[in-house]
Amino acid sequence: MNAMTGKKAPEGAALRRWEQDPVLSVEHLTMRFGGLVAVGDLSFDVGRGDITALIGPNGAGKTTVFNCVTGFYKPTEGRIIMRHGPGRQDDTVKTVTDSGLRFHKEDGQGVYLLERMPDHEISHKAKVARTFQNIRLFGGMTCLENLLVAQHNPLVVASGFSIGGILGLPSYKNAEEEAIEKAVYWLERTHLIDRADDPASDLPYGAQRRLEIARAMCTGPELLCLDEPAAGLNPRESAELNELLRYIRDEHGTSVLLIEHDMGVVMEISDHIIVLDYGVKISDGTADEVKADPKVIAAYLGVDDEEEIDVPEVLEDVKEVVEEHEEQVHASSGVPEVQEIVIADAGNYPGRQPLGTINPPASGANNLTRIKGIGPQNERKLNALGIWTFGQIAAWGQEEVEWVGSYLAFPGRIEREGWVSQARVLAEGGDTEFSKRVDGGKVSSSRPGRGAAKNNNGGKA
Amino acid sequence: MAGPAKNVPADIQKPAGAQAKAEARRDGTQPPVPTGKTMQDSLRDALTAAVLVGVLGLFFINVRTDIAPGGLDVTTRWVAWFVSILIAFAGRLALNVFVFNARKPATETLGKKVAALGNAAPGTGKWLLRGLFIFACILPFFFTMLFPGRDRQFIDLAILIMTYIMLGWGLNIVVGLAGLLDLGYVAFYAVGAYSFALLAQYFDFIGFWVALPLAGLLAAVWGMVLGFPVLRLRGDYLAIVTLAFGEIIRVVLLNWYEFTGGPDGISGIPKPTFFGLELKRGEGGFADFFGIAYDPIHRFIFLYYIIFALALLTNFVTMRLRRLPIGRAWEALREDEIACRSLGINTRNTKLTAFSIGAMFGGFAGSFFATRQGFISPESFTFLESAIILAIVVLGGLGSQVGVVIASVVMIGGIEMLRNLGFLSQVFGPGFDPVQYRMLIFGLAMVLIMVWKPRGLVSTREPSAVLKEKKKIGADMVAQGEGH
Repeated sequence: MNAMTGKKAPEGAALRRWEQDPVLSVEHLTMRFGGLVAVGDLSFDVGRGDITALIGPNGAGKTTVFNCVTGFYKPTEGRIIMRHGPGRQDDTVKTVTDSGLRFHKEDGQGVYLLERMPDHEISHKAKVARTFQNIRLFGGMTCLENLLVAQHNPLVVASGFSIGGILGLPSYKNAEEEAIEKAVYWLERTHLIDRADDPASDLPYGAQRRLEIARAMCTGPELLCLDEPAAGLNPRESAELNELLRYIRDEHGTSVLLIEHDMGVVMEISDHIIVLDYGVKISDGTADEVKADPKVIAAYLGVDDEEEIDVPEVLEDVKEVVEEHEEQVHASSGVPEVQEIVIADAGNYPGRQPLGTINPPASGANNLTRIKGIGPQNERKLNALGIWTFGQIAAWGQEEVEWVGSYLAFPGRIEREGWVSQARVLAEGGDTEFSKRVDGGKVSSSRPGRGAAKNNNGGKA
Repeated sequence: MAGPAKNVPADIQKPAGAQAKAEARRDGTQPPVPTGKTMQDSLRDALTAAVLVGVLGLFFINVRTDIAPGGLDVTTRWVAWFVSILIAFAGRLALNVFVFNARKPATETLGKKVAALGNAAPGTGKWLLRGLFIFACILPFFFTMLFPGRDRQFIDLAILIMTYIMLGWGLNIVVGLAGLLDLGYVAFYAVGAYSFALLAQYFDFIGFWVALPLAGLLAAVWGMVLGFPVLRLRGDYLAIVTLAFGEIIRVVLLNWYEFTGGPDGISGIPKPTFFGLELKRGEGGFADFFGIAYDPIHRFIFLYYIIFALALLTNFVTMRLRRLPIGRAWEALREDEIACRSLGINTRNTKLTAFSIGAMFGGFAGSFFATRQGFISPESFTFLESAIILAIVVLGGLGSQVGVVIASVVMIGGIEMLRNLGFLSQVFGPGFDPVQYRMLIFGLAMVLIMVWKPRGLVSTREPSAVLKEKKKIGADMVAQGEGH
């Protein structure tokens, strides 16, 4: 059952291990909330018998993916395939997709299209169990009861849809005893057996997390989805969690998909890691591969100028222009009188392109991140447009603001955040509420300290 | 502290410092912190209260105006005014001395004594219940033997209380277990009553025993009809829609004159038969068949046992359901609906079963109500009925079967008992009619109970499955569900 014994497929082989035998395939998943794209065209595979981690910075869309997989959201686009039984079962997947059915199963094999199924069927039929980021136990019920509720569906059948149960038929009694046995097994596994008759909300935090995993396991899942299982655990509890997850994988053959911020947990136990950023997959591979991926490092730690990955189109535009003009124009000082940077399709955007210089003025560039709304990324974008100092931004009129906003694809934001008025204050050597926080080191900035610029005196122009 | 090690002198195991203090606080052995208030403070406080009462009472109590020929006649009642000031002073002083500023507040001591009484005999509650049950079994004979003159009145009251117990138990499934606040429960009561009345009116062969299951079934169907639109609703919105549903049923009954008789109601509803024997005077009646003398009380005793059996059925089914997966799913739904869905529980079906089973028992009770009264009209099914049933459930403690019994006895029986306080007129003078004050006293009692026990009289929850030791779960752990 456990694919781990086979160890990793050789690098560069046609298909990765998780691609050969995926228990879950997410294909072109897109989730939009109004205008916000939380997840954009995401595809990945979760290998059978693997512990797969889904990581990424806050707001990367991990929980949204989880909610799509477990049926709490209906994805805007895309297909989510859950497979029982070995192999990719491509033919069955195609048949089911074309037929309009929700699933197809025979002789222990099955293909389930999760995006078509309601949430309770995903747990009941497709055998996908989940836990929640903020623990959702039945607080007023005992640990044992929590685990019995998880075995609802088999017990309902055993109770003859309650009729046999009301009449007190023995078949239900036997089924309940079995259910209690199963519950006891998981209580022992999670070291909660002594607290079986205590209400769940009486348990300490770490125990509640374990109980939630035990409850999910009581549904008999093929795939266990854990949303930040190690959040709020101390190191010893984290280690216990690792052990529990390994046990679930090795002894029960249950595949695990987990979201986690604790890199210690992720790197230690994951067979396969998928990294999301802004709803897009930026890396996919084993722990070692992911660790070495520059994109991952960039997403977590920020990027150097050279490795700009987020706005390639702006950068390319600017590069072309810069090359064209490099030989003709030389750096001038102060606010330029003439436009030095010419964007090829500048006319396609509303408003007027602000004046920009290829090189910063002799007095040096300001730390633009002292303006609220301009982060290191935006500062680089502005620099690429030839905007280096507060004075330049302060001189923008309505038309320039409009042009920059639409060129950098965040219309309205400049007005909303009041870049120009902030720039006026800063250009005169004043301080804003935000710039004080930047200077105090409370907000991440492109340069530390009081706007100490790369090559000049910074904010005090 | 981990388990105490052996061979360690006992005094080493004794907690020290902050822990000792905390434990003392828990046990209540630690001397309470002195409040620092003296007798003088107490007197001053009582005096302030007395002055306030004096100022307010000067106009409210002292001066009395009556319409007299040629204008208003003003009379003064200085004695009443002075007595009320004295009462306020003495009461406030007593409160200050014994409760507010006391080293050991009297209320705390009293509460501890009551709790100690319960702890002293852990089986008391169980035996009390058994005693209550046996009393309920022999109740009609108890009253006919001991109160031969007033037995009819008492048995009638017992029937009324038992009806409300059954309704309370029925609503408890929806509100207490599934946590869905239903303000329109009386609708199902009405559906049950009208189902029987109309069936009996249009089909001669239908008697009580045939109509009873049909009424339950119809009410259950109506429960589902109500359930569908409110599936997605939560909280206050759920409560409002159920309230509206209850009113819709009543308004339809009121206005569909051709079918339901509108405000005229339906009369001549058949009485229940005892295995085909009617409880009537003369040939072929119950008394005649068994060769005993006819007594109209027989019918009341019979009705009492019918509603007693129906209530027991409700209780039995509810207790069984609580231990079945569906009952656990109801409680889980009350605790956390999203977690339920993640565990493969079909929340739609679960809610609908709660609504329909609760409605079914309402329907049973309704058809019993129709046969007992012999006449029904929409006036019997107003919102006030729903409110009383809900009050019984809330007062008794959501989800508690025993609580509903106590609350029904207190609320329904209590109101009736206030009618029998004739002796009070000897105290307060012949003009005093306690019946007029019964709603006031009743309201005050409810407020006091809710202050004393905010989660109902029996607020602990009993787990539905036990591994080793049955532990009651405190009310603060248990969620209340939607709309509370």
